Amino acid sequence: MAPTLAHYLVVSGLLFTLGMTAVLLRRNILIIFMGLELMLNAANLSLVSFSRFNLSPAGLPAYDAQILVFFIITVAAAEVAVGLAIIVALYRSLQTTHVEDLDTLKF
Amino acid sequence: MLAAGLGVVFSRSPVNSAMCLVLAFVALAALFITLDAFFIAVIQVLVYAGAVMVLFLFIIMLLDLKSERTRKLNIPACVGGALVIGGFVGLLVKVIASNPAFQATKPALSGPVDDVHAVGMTLFLDFNMPFQIIGVLLLVATVGVVLLSKRQLD
Repeated sequence: MAPTLAHYLVVSGLLFTLGMTAVLLRRNILIIFMGLELMLNAANLSLVSFSRFNLSPAGLPAYDAQILVFFIITVAAAEVAVGLAIIVALYRSLQTTHVEDLDTLKF
Repeated sequence: MLAAGLGVVFSRSPVNSAMCLVLAFVALAALFITLDAFFIAVIQVLVYAGAVMVLFLFIIMLLDLKSERTRKLNIPACVGGALVIGGFVGLLVKVIASNPAFQATKPALSGPVDDVHAVGMTLFLDFNMPFQIIGVLLLVATVGVVLLSKRQLD
């Protein structure tokens, strides 16, 4: 059976759900960060599958979507660098990566 | 790939999570290859499975994180999170089942995929301005990271 667009979209949606589960249920800030990465990758997967299933007039995949994926990967890399620098700074001042210990701004 | 994703979410030690994340990224690159997106697959392996994961593991080692000790679960928060996730999955299934266009199989390509050439042409001709903006963004991020990593800001 040839894979349909729905198959790829379901995998992408489940991957996004896993990322969201990590963000919502885990309390370690590093794991939350990995969940963010998973969600970005799920979006990439759906973009690439749409690009493959909606061909351009020339009969090739629509490359605009792959450019968007390229940009998402770039932004994600920059975001990881900045986020991990913030986490390191946080750990230096508070010695924790547990989100419930970070309640300085709590009213 | 989904099993690796589960490993990321539910393993206790951050190192195990990071290793599962590498596995998930490599599996995702394989899926990209089945979708004839070879350039994106290579970029995925290089950037994510290479650079980003090295950064993650480096930070985990640097912070010397122990395996998480079990804490008392915040029950209302967990139930709320599970509700949100369940609702999201339900919505997803409904949307994907609703439209017959999603049942399409892969249309045949007209010729061999000259992937890198096509992506490069699109990137530099149609998306030149965003490309330059993303370069500036990377520069800003680099400067920001250097500033954040300095011990004292004076």
